[in-house]
Amino acid sequence: MADVVGLDGSWVYDFAKQGSISNLTDLMKTDGYDDTQLSSQIKYEGNTYMIPVVNFAYPMYCNMDILKAAGIDKAPTTWDEFTADCKTIVASQSGVAGYAIPLSTESPSGIQNNFMSWLWASGGSMLKDGKPNLTGNQDMIDTVNFVKGLYDNGLMSEGSYSMKEADMVEEFTNGRVAFMIDSLAHMTTIKKEAPDLNYEFIPVPTKTGFSGKSGMDVANWGIGIASNCQHQAEAMKFIEYMMSPEVNANLAVLANAFPGNSKANPDYSAADAKFTDAYKIYQNDTAINEFTGLPTSEDLMRSYDEQLQLYPDGDTKTVDDMLKAVQDAWTPAFA
Amino acid sequence: MAAKTKAKMGVKEKRRILTAYRYLAPTIIILVVLLVIPICMVIGYSFFNNVIIEKNPVFVGISNYVKILTDKSFGVAVKNTLFFVIVSVIAHMILGMTFAKVLNTVYLHNVTKALFRVIYALPWMFTASVIAILWKMMMNPSGIINYIAMMLPGITDKIDWLGSRKYALVAVTIINIWSGYPFYMVSILAGLQGVSNDLYEASAIDGANAFNQFFHITIPQLKPILVSLLMLDCVWTIQQFALIWMTTGGGPINATETISTYIYKAAFSKYQYAQASAAAVILLIVCSILAVFYVKQQKSED
Repeated sequence: MADVVGLDGSWVYDFAKQGSISNLTDLMKTDGYDDTQLSSQIKYEGNTYMIPVVNFAYPMYCNMDILKAAGIDKAPTTWDEFTADCKTIVASQSGVAGYAIPLSTESPSGIQNNFMSWLWASGGSMLKDGKPNLTGNQDMIDTVNFVKGLYDNGLMSEGSYSMKEADMVEEFTNGRVAFMIDSLAHMTTIKKEAPDLNYEFIPVPTKTGFSGKSGMDVANWGIGIASNCQHQAEAMKFIEYMMSPEVNANLAVLANAFPGNSKANPDYSAADAKFTDAYKIYQNDTAINEFTGLPTSEDLMRSYDEQLQLYPDGDTKTVDDMLKAVQDAWTPAFA
Repeated sequence: MAAKTKAKMGVKEKRRILTAYRYLAPTIIILVVLLVIPICMVIGYSFFNNVIIEKNPVFVGISNYVKILTDKSFGVAVKNTLFFVIVSVIAHMILGMTFAKVLNTVYLHNVTKALFRVIYALPWMFTASVIAILWKMMMNPSGIINYIAMMLPGITDKIDWLGSRKYALVAVTIINIWSGYPFYMVSILAGLQGVSNDLYEASAIDGANAFNQFFHITIPQLKPILVSLLMLDCVWTIQQFALIWMTTGGGPINATETISTYIYKAAFSKYQYAQASAAAVILLIVCSILAVFYVKQQKSED
């Protein structure tokens, strides 16, 4: 294995448990590295195993032409406004959906990026003390019922259950869906495929009555050190170099992402104006992704995905039954 | 003298056999390294509590096999796999035979037949990823298949082919049928061209019609090829993974979960490598039984 390895947050728990990546907390301590400048650290049993280098944020894309054609002047800011706007859009334009969640079980990241974003934006959490907290969690119950409402009212994009993230982007690019929560990384794709598409970034609408700081879903690309690396101290020096404010700022600009060092000041002046709008939203929000660092993250998302499909379909009668089924599926992974 | 000659011949024979094995050595080495060793490792893994991510694996005997065979999800995977395999193999046979007969007919010009041979064989040229992308686009609720379907009387709503539990398994089966029939067509066509016309002429003199000729001459003559095709297709279709994974991922829920997607999820999503190994060994046993029948059938032809 390479000395320094690129990592996704959802891999960290299982790789750390396996012993294939090194404890960075010890290495940072030995080096006297000031880790308070890091915007986040992915931990296993209290120790850091991955440092996010850049964050790919997931703001809400809003097709302004669809809104205009539906007679909507401004983008929604609350769940009630969002539902109402989607109803207006669907009623006024044939072949256009309000929102899309890619729920293909091949890659169930839609649960993280397109479903939980609603929960996190309204200050909710799916965990308590690092363990699943789904049943009896009012924020979670409200989120599920809100999304179910979108399904029940026919506001969701068709083909949701086999849709992947790329399919959702395709739907948005072709003007068949008004809103989507998606990675900023797809800006380039959309610009290339549909240069005339008139869209803007908006904060994810929050639960009606919520007034706290919103969480914005982020997917981070990070680095760690292989445990079989013969030069751990040197590898740590390289990571510190990558995370230094100047280098990290450059990396963020190159990747169309946000820096992992909170002291980095990326120069986005040459970037698309929309990107800087998204950055402003990001700076006002708290970066969050509760799946990062969880055991078997992908499988957790998949079991939630399956239960989320069963509830709108009517197989599961109540939201409490649905969340209990997910909690029961998740609990063994945390044992 | 006779003993000396006998000894000389023995040495010659041994040298001849050794030479033959020297020529076979590269293939044997590759087979051992890439096939035998991994299979033995996976069989070994299946008897531990977990491997790879478990630093100290514990021998647990057949408990992984019991867990897999009593898992409801595995039962669903087996049921789906049976449907997928049986329908695919039968459809492959019917379509392959039909197209082969069309391409072997005397009523079409040779140029026409050559052109359609290429067109009908095209699905076989594409890789699973290209096929998955193509069919996902066509089966999209806003795709071409629904566009045409909604022109038909009685169909007013778009069908979510790959996203609906009602249709997803049928949809992936149709995709698999489309991608696999050319293998049958090409093999049967080659077989048809080896059937002597004298047989058909003689049967025509005896008053046999096309139906009689097909069942009493064509099928018996093609039987060795057909049995081989059936066996091979069963083994390949049971193991089909890429097509299903890239179209539905085994979903929605578990509507298209097959043994191969079950194994993949157990290993790479749940990190239960030992249980995945046990499921893989069960699949290996099933495929081996089919392979034994195939080899026996090949030997009886010889």
